[in-house]
Amino acid sequence: MTRNTSIYTGTLGLLLYILFQACQNEQAIRTAQYAVNGQKLFTTHCQNCHGAKGEGLGNLYPSLSDSTSLIQHRTQLPCLVRNGKGDMPANPQLAPIEIAYVLTYIGNSFGNEMGIVTQEEVQQALTACQ
Amino acid sequence: MRTSLFFAASLFLLMSAAGCGNDRSQTLPILGSRDAVTKVVDGKTITDTIYHSIPDFELTNQDSTLITNEFFDKGVYIADFFFTHCPSICPIVQRNLLKVYEKYKGDERIKFLSHSIDFRYDTPAVLKSYAEKLGVTNDQWQFVTGTKASIYGLSDSYMVYTKEDDSIPGGYDHSGYLLLVDSNRHIRGAYDGTNDEQIQLLFTDLAILLNEYE
Repeated sequence: MTRNTSIYTGTLGLLLYILFQACQNEQAIRTAQYAVNGQKLFTTHCQNCHGAKGEGLGNLYPSLSDSTSLIQHRTQLPCLVRNGKGDMPANPQLAPIEIAYVLTYIGNSFGNEMGIVTQEEVQQALTACQ
Repeated sequence: MRTSLFFAASLFLLMSAAGCGNDRSQTLPILGSRDAVTKVVDGKTITDTIYHSIPDFELTNQDSTLITNEFFDKGVYIADFFFTHCPSICPIVQRNLLKVYEKYKGDERIKFLSHSIDFRYDTPAVLKSYAEKLGVTNDQWQFVTGTKASIYGLSDSYMVYTKEDDSIPGGYDHSGYLLLVDSNRHIRGAYDGTNDEQIQLLFTDLAILLNEYE
């Protein structure tokens, strides 16, 4: 009886662990997928000014490797991409999912580790644009 | 062991010899069209070659002062064409030119000349702000504007394509070439400012050209 219980507990634990890992992997895969799609968009829409390594250009175009600033302004980033600001042109043609792709790419490149920016998060942020 | 040492030594000697030979003998070509003129000097008929050169120019710089070709006559310079709110190739070209500027900052043998092709928007004040934000802190790099005729005419002399085109983001179409010009205003090299390998070539050629003045 005791032996069976420990077997059950062990199996259950193992199952939970596998499920947890699977979820983790799924999340990591999804982030990677978003980032890959985002890289193409970045090359087309952002790289000329912000640089291939997100290094920016002097004080003309800001660097994108400031993780703290990215995290601080996380909720404003979708609006920034969509509507532009100052010298930065607007990108009205980008769909929310594309904004999610490109932000995920930026947020997980150049030394940033922001995790995935989902389409839902982008959509929610876009409704609050000023 | 001894053999490999011998090989390494001879290889090193060979390479350094080749390196020296290259540096001494290499010169850059003069680009552009050329004409042969025949004239009589001291009773002898001689044929001379007239090389393409940049004509005299008078432009307004980022400090709202007049800049002429004389400012650049003492050494070599690198010229390009851009505009400040250009969303396409200009940032890449200027980023690369900035690398050259930073390497040669303070070196009076070399200057930089960026022509704005947006004669409407890029006033001296706009150019000044752009230069400061880019990180240009001395007069070695001039940002200039002028009439449409003068700037677009000059771009032809530099063999750079420029055109107003509303269908293009930013409104102006142009090529992102960097032109290496010597003290006689001959173009000695043209480099695609968006291509890293071409930028490396520019660094190499610039050193070769400066060597000519040693």
